[in-house]
Formats: sequence, C-alpha cells, structure tokens
Amino acid sequence: MRLGFFMREALRGLRRSSAPALAALLTVLLTAVVLGVFIPIVQATTGTANEVRSRVVVDVYIKDSASTVEQADLRRAIEDTANVKSVEYISKQEALRRAKEKNPEAFQEGAELLGSNPLPASFRVTPEDPDKLGQIVQRLNAGGEPQLSAIDEVRDREEDTDKILSATGLVKGLTAGLAVLLVLASVALIANTIRLSVFARRREVEVMKLVGATNWFIRWPFVIEGMVVGFLGGLLAVLLLAIVKATFIDPLSDRFALLAAPDTIDFPLLIVVLMVACIAVSALGSAITLRRFLRV
Amino acid sequence: MGARPKKPLDVPVVEFKDVTKVYDGGSVAVQSASMRIGRGEFVFLVGPTGCGKSTCIRLMMKELEPSRGEISIAGRPLSEVSRSRVPYLRRNLGVVFQDYKLLPNRTVYDNVAYSLQVIGESRKEIRRKVPDILRLVGLSTKLHNYPTELSGGEQQRVSVARAFVNHPPLLLADEPTGNLDPETSIGIMQLIYRINRTGTTVVVATHDKEMVDKMRRRVIELREGRIVRDERSGLYRPDESTQEFAIRLRGELGIGAEGHPN
Repeated sequence: MRLGFFMREALRGLRRSSAPALAALLTVLLTAVVLGVFIPIVQATTGTANEVRSRVVVDVYIKDSASTVEQADLRRAIEDTANVKSVEYISKQEALRRAKEKNPEAFQEGAELLGSNPLPASFRVTPEDPDKLGQIVQRLNAGGEPQLSAIDEVRDREEDTDKILSATGLVKGLTAGLAVLLVLASVALIANTIRLSVFARRREVEVMKLVGATNWFIRWPFVIEGMVVGFLGGLLAVLLLAIVKATFIDPLSDRFALLAAPDTIDFPLLIVVLMVACIAVSALGSAITLRRFLRV
Repeated sequence: MGARPKKPLDVPVVEFKDVTKVYDGGSVAVQSASMRIGRGEFVFLVGPTGCGKSTCIRLMMKELEPSRGEISIAGRPLSEVSRSRVPYLRRNLGVVFQDYKLLPNRTVYDNVAYSLQVIGESRKEIRRKVPDILRLVGLSTKLHNYPTELSGGEQQRVSVARAFVNHPPLLLADEPTGNLDPETSIGIMQLIYRINRTGTTVVVATHDKEMVDKMRRRVIELREGRIVRDERSGLYRPDESTQEFAIRLRGELGIGAEGHPN
C-alpha cells in the first residue's frame, strides 16, 4: 500500500515536472554511453599493455659443456627464485629453429656452413612482476658473475625491458587517471542535474513538511523518481551501445585482433555495471540533494 | 473566562512561558511573552506588521525554536519534541497561511488528500473524508481543478479544508485573510469560526484590527514583540450560528449580506 503510494507519487512527479526529469535522463544517457565506450577502451589498452609487459623475460644461457644433472640443478635453482612465474627450456635445436624463422637468410646457409649449431641452449624465465626483473638477474648473476656452474650468461635485454616498462606504465597510468576523472565528472553531472529538478520543487517539499510528512515520506518518491530516471537513461544507453556494437564493432573484430582482445569486459557484465551505476547515482543524488530542503 | 459555555480543562492547549525569540541577525521578534490558550478558545493575535505574530505561530508549530522560555502544546513542552517527532506534532495542528501554501501540481482533491496520506489513512477513508470536507468549505464542484485555476478565496478554502480534514485539536492561521477582499475574508472567517464551534482551539494572527474588534473574541495584541493587551472579555454569544455570525459581521463591516454561497 505504502509502496504503491510512493510509486504513484514518483510517477506523478515525473509527469508534472517532465522537463527537468528529461534533462536528468539525457544526462544519465550521455554519461552512460561515454562510460560504456570508455570502459572497454581502458580495458583493451590495459590488456595490451599487460600483454606487452608479459614479453619481458630473462634468458639464462647454458654452457654447452654442462651435464644433464647440472642443467636440472640450474632449472631447480631458477624455479626456486622469487618472482619467477615460469621457466621454459629452449634446446639448441629449438633455438636454431627460432633463429631461422626470425632471420631466414642469415641462418639458412650459415648453419650448414658452420657444420654445427652455434646457438646455446637456454632457460627463458618469465617474471611474476616485470618491474622486479632485477631481483632474478641479481640472484642468478650477482655482480655479473654467474652463480651456478652451468650458466654461461644471463641476459635481460635491459634497454628493451626498460622502454617497454616505462611506456606501458605510462599508458596504464593515463587511462586509469582518465577513467577516474570521467567517472567523477559523470557523477557530478548527474547529481547536479537532479539537484536542479529537486530545487525546482523545494516549495513543494516545504509544504509537505508543514502538513506533517516525515522526511522519508517525502524522500521515497524522489528516490524512486531518481531510480526510474537512472533506469531509463541506463537502458537507452545500453540499447544505443548494443546497436553500435552490433553494427560497427562486431564486423570489425573479425579483422582486427585488438578489438577482440580477450581481456575486455563481457558485454552483459558491462550492461549490469552501467545499469547499477546509473540507478544508484540517480537515486543517491535525489536523496542527498533533498536533505537541504528537509531542514524545516 | 467566566462566561464560557464549557469550562476548559486545566491543561491549556497553548502555553507560552516567558518566551523570547531573537533571530540570528540579532533582531528581537518576541520578548518575554507569556500566554495561556485554553481548549476551545478562539484567539486573535494582532498587531502591526513585524510585531511578532507570525513568529509566535511559527514557534507553536516548532518551525522555530525559542531563544528563551518554554512553549507547551497540550501540556507537552516543545523542547521535549525531538526533530524526528516534529512531523507527528504537526499532524495535530492545522495550519493556514496567507499565501495558502498549496501544492501547485495537485488538484484540490489531492491537496486535501495529501495530509491524510501523510498520516497513513486508508484510501477508503480518504475517499470518504475529502469530498465531505470540500463540501463543507463549499468547493465540491472544483474537486479536480488545480490551485492556479481557483480564486484567492477558493484557494484559502482549500487550505482551510486541508488544515481541518484530520480534525486537529488546534488550528493556527497566519494572516488567513491577508490577501483577500473584505467579503471573501468574511467567508473564510466564517469557516474558521465554524471549525472553532466544533471544539477546535483556533489561533488567528492578523493585522486586520477592524475585523477583530467586530468579531469580539479574545484578543492578544503584540507590539514590538511584547504582549501589550490580552482581552478576554469580548461579547460572546454562545448560541450564535455561523449564519448569524456572518450577517452580524457584514452588517458591522458595512458589506451587503447577499451574494455569498455560505
């Protein structure tokens, strides 16, 4: 009975002050669309940056003279090192195959000319945290001296690694900062628009207080109004995004790997996140702005 | 109070004990005011603009807090009414304002119904009570009009109907006739008088001194925040009907008797 009354009151409010409600709805719609586009972009960028960072590795070259036991010891030593995510063994043959693939002309005849395979076997070490690569190098190659007899050389391609780390770090930081700014701007914009529509009805609130309405009795219809506005705005935004996705993004994703990056948010999850955010921000915006006018 | 038909109970409906109200800016609106208003009384608060009448009304409904002194409504000190209980206090007060304070986006019916919805009255009761009270104030043909479509007098009737629909024990009116012409004013006063005759205590703040003098009710006069006159001895005719009351008032104010629906 009460809920029905509040719903009717909210609908009446929307009907009777449709212009401010429409403005609030449009604001919600636009910010939700912008967020809906931006969230996957942030994620794709971060995903790509992470993917690039995962290519940061340390190569531990093994002496040709090392025995199988020594190699096994070395492998265990590497695996026991902190911050090591995985260790991949690359045999001499494998190393040659990869080198040929990369640079066919140089190795096609070169290897035959030499008569033997000049490339050493190695362990390729992928770190847990690329930023702490130095730890691994330090452990295996303290002060430039190999710590185990089987190690011929430890190479972390320092220059490349540094470049990759600083560039991807910057990209990640920037997108995260932009995302935070965008969310803050959206919340402020929606709250402000709702404020205007509540402000237009402050006299009404005053009268309600005078006839003995409790604060929640006055507040509920406004909160429900905010939820309806948030729901409709979010729904329209999601529909718009779905149309754009179906007509533009989906056909493209067959051709470009980036757009189909596996790390981006699922569309259904994106819908849920946007809807919940729209409804919550609008409802809270109504309730909070109202507070000022309830102090009579 | 010797000539009253019913002896008021010992607990006054409104009691001011040495009440002073100083606004934040430092201006003194009410100064050391003490008064007792008994059950069923009809009291005028009079005085020029700015004398503190409206402040008294707003103090009684706890829209303002006194700076000093104590106000009790029906024996209950307002200082003991917590903020969250203020709405429940107001449900026992009917309030009428000079500017009507109707909800602009609701019909006449819905405006009156709102004050019943606020107290959680059932829809059935609302459907029964609202048309009744609107018939009483003479607006049964304008149920579905919006306030802007009504004359000032009609809007004030709606506001009186809203104030009285839960039959509160106390009705406060702040300049109820301030925006109305003399003939319409009589209609409103007649209405308020009729409400008073049902046993409701009525406090009317007004600067219409002539009207007050003719009505012969208890008068409390304020001047610069002080009570300078409290006359209880106005002629009182217990058997006077509202019709007779209006005829007498029109006669004494020099307005023709014909032409008003009530």
